[in-house]
Amino acid sequence: MANKLIKEVVNQHYPYGFITQIESDTIPPGLNEEVIHLISSKKNEPAFMLEWRLKAFRHWRTLSPPTWAHIHCEPIDYNEIIYYSAPKSAEAGLKSLDEVDPKLLETYKKLGIPLHEQGRLAGVAVDAVFDSISVATTFKAKLHEAGVIFCPFSEAVQKYPELIEKYLGTVVPYRDNFFAALNSAVFSDGSFVYIPKGVRCPMELSTYFRINTAKSGQFERTLIIAEEDSYVSYLEGCTAPMRDENQLHAAVVELIAFDNAQIKYSTVQNWYPGDEEGRGGIFNFVTKRGHCRGVNSKISWTQIETGSAITWKYPSVILQGDNSIGEFYSVALTNHYQQADTGTKMIHMGKNTRSTIISKGIAAGHGQNTYRGLVRMQPYATHARNYTQCDSLLLSSTCGAHTFPYIEVKNPSARVEHEASTSKIGEDQLFYCRQRGLKIEDAISMIVNGFCKQVFKELPMEFAVEAQKLLEVSLEGSVG
Amino acid sequence: MLNINNLQVTIQDEKQNIKPILRGVNLSIKPGEVHAIMGPNGSGKSTLANVLAGREDYHVTEGTVALNNEDLLLLEPEERAARGLFLAFQYPTEIPGVNNMYFLRTALNGLRKRKGLPPLDAADFLMLAKSKIKEVGLDETFLHRAVNEGFSGGEKKRNEVLQMMMLEPSFIILDETDSGLDIDALQMVGRCVNSLRAHARMILVVTHYQRLLDYIQPDVVHVMSNGKILRSGDKTLAHELEAKGYGWLEPEVKS
Repeated sequence: MANKLIKEVVNQHYPYGFITQIESDTIPPGLNEEVIHLISSKKNEPAFMLEWRLKAFRHWRTLSPPTWAHIHCEPIDYNEIIYYSAPKSAEAGLKSLDEVDPKLLETYKKLGIPLHEQGRLAGVAVDAVFDSISVATTFKAKLHEAGVIFCPFSEAVQKYPELIEKYLGTVVPYRDNFFAALNSAVFSDGSFVYIPKGVRCPMELSTYFRINTAKSGQFERTLIIAEEDSYVSYLEGCTAPMRDENQLHAAVVELIAFDNAQIKYSTVQNWYPGDEEGRGGIFNFVTKRGHCRGVNSKISWTQIETGSAITWKYPSVILQGDNSIGEFYSVALTNHYQQADTGTKMIHMGKNTRSTIISKGIAAGHGQNTYRGLVRMQPYATHARNYTQCDSLLLSSTCGAHTFPYIEVKNPSARVEHEASTSKIGEDQLFYCRQRGLKIEDAISMIVNGFCKQVFKELPMEFAVEAQKLLEVSLEGSVG
Repeated sequence: MLNINNLQVTIQDEKQNIKPILRGVNLSIKPGEVHAIMGPNGSGKSTLANVLAGREDYHVTEGTVALNNEDLLLLEPEERAARGLFLAFQYPTEIPGVNNMYFLRTALNGLRKRKGLPPLDAADFLMLAKSKIKEVGLDETFLHRAVNEGFSGGEKKRNEVLQMMMLEPSFIILDETDSGLDIDALQMVGRCVNSLRAHARMILVVTHYQRLLDYIQPDVVHVMSNGKILRSGDKTLAHELEAKGYGWLEPEVKS
């Protein structure tokens, strides 16, 4: 009885599955050098960009997809995918928010992301990426006053080519892995953030990614540079319509923090997860990496992963500067037939570098949830420290939780701690809550939220409540 | 008014064997009465407490349970709680990350809502919680910790009593609340239960030992063994049991 009820609670519907009817400029499916030329020319890119894309593409063709992850998926036909699709009304470029197509405004309103500069998200600047391009960016003027650059990636390529050329691919080179190479070849848009020396970014920055066009892939690229003594907090959100076929999302995110700089990067990933039988859903193959280049710098990743049919993602930190700090806080939830293989890499190079990993995996239905994490202490990482805690919560007898920690220590003074636990959601806990009069759905969400609390408290306030609600929605109907 | 009539309950063990636990229990509690159930380990007293609260591991094969003329066995655990049934657990569960005060407030306001009462706001709730937590002898910091997480056995029991005091249920079941408690804690439990004695309230104390009954004077004492109530009487029965052991009532039952 309890199991049946838990199942009902966990199987809520995906509320963001609608499709926006909008006229788009969409190129035919297929991947070859011509397509790359086309994307680059549509974006009016300087020569160095095109060359870089082509080099990446030629390298990509020599690679085969990675097979080591604990996931099962049919091979992807990369010639079936559409690599560029953009709403016509937004393609010409926008001068102000007033010019944004009302259909797009309506879409983002339905997603709970108002693209005007007041109301609930008054303290948050939003860059809205729809399929292959950015359709609106709020608070540009206010940020400009502070000296902060926050704009679509393609705009940055036009306006700040020297910054792009200097930093692009320096954290995640196109040779890094199969999906990073693919992204480097065909990426279309994303966000660019530059925080000058000594500036504390006056508001939260966020990018909202939306896939709309059928059969299209989204390949965005985000680059955040925090100069000395600066601070920025950035959040990304993602959704997609419900479709029976899978869609590919392969993003690259690069973060660079110089001396004493801090970057806080939060993700609420809610791509369409597929239906109850595992049909459809987004394949989410993402490479995210931060580079603590300067001394005393700090990079924190916080991720709430509830969507996607497959998630393959390891937001990592290279701790090069002495005393630099890397953090990874993650909640990953897999329901129905979702699969997640996610975790982090903490590469300690500098002295006294510290890293913390808190991973909370929740598996329900037939979901498979894997934590995969590497902690590497390089020879010069004297007195480096890592603390890792991986907890898994199982909500059904048909789901799975797996933990693959990799620890490499090449410095005798380094200290690495790893704690792991797996528990099934307690019948005892549920009964206890219900005996006190809580409805079963409230009891489950209370227990799951309690389980995730360590991670939720790391989210920016504006989004912590949303993350809790998201978890409730994603959990509807999941123990069995 | 609680009426238990010929209640028979089985449980399936890990080897899928079906084992009878309760073999025809009859028991009536009138409003205002305090009943105690005593009995040796494995006699079925805790099973009875859990079946009344609606735990799902048990299978009721025969008999009826009526609480205020309503069929209790048809109700979900949370619906039973809404009817005023409260079980102080023998082994209270830890709920990591869930703030004790948040939990209590959610429970209390949920019950108030069902009674058509407005929710207590944060300030009123805090005042109430602070006064009650003093009565159960816990420090205020326990309100801000996760539910039962890292509490000692005694602290968990005190937290159960705190919940009882806050929720003011109309039918209280104490499942071996005295086990593992020192004498001060026993006195506290006695004081709290006595403060809740009221003409409309029913209290069922499940205990292995007589000593809790020094602090809570029961109106009726039942002795349970092997899934049945062997004998009922007034509080002198408890003293007699203490002196003579359970073997006195049924030679084959070991104390």
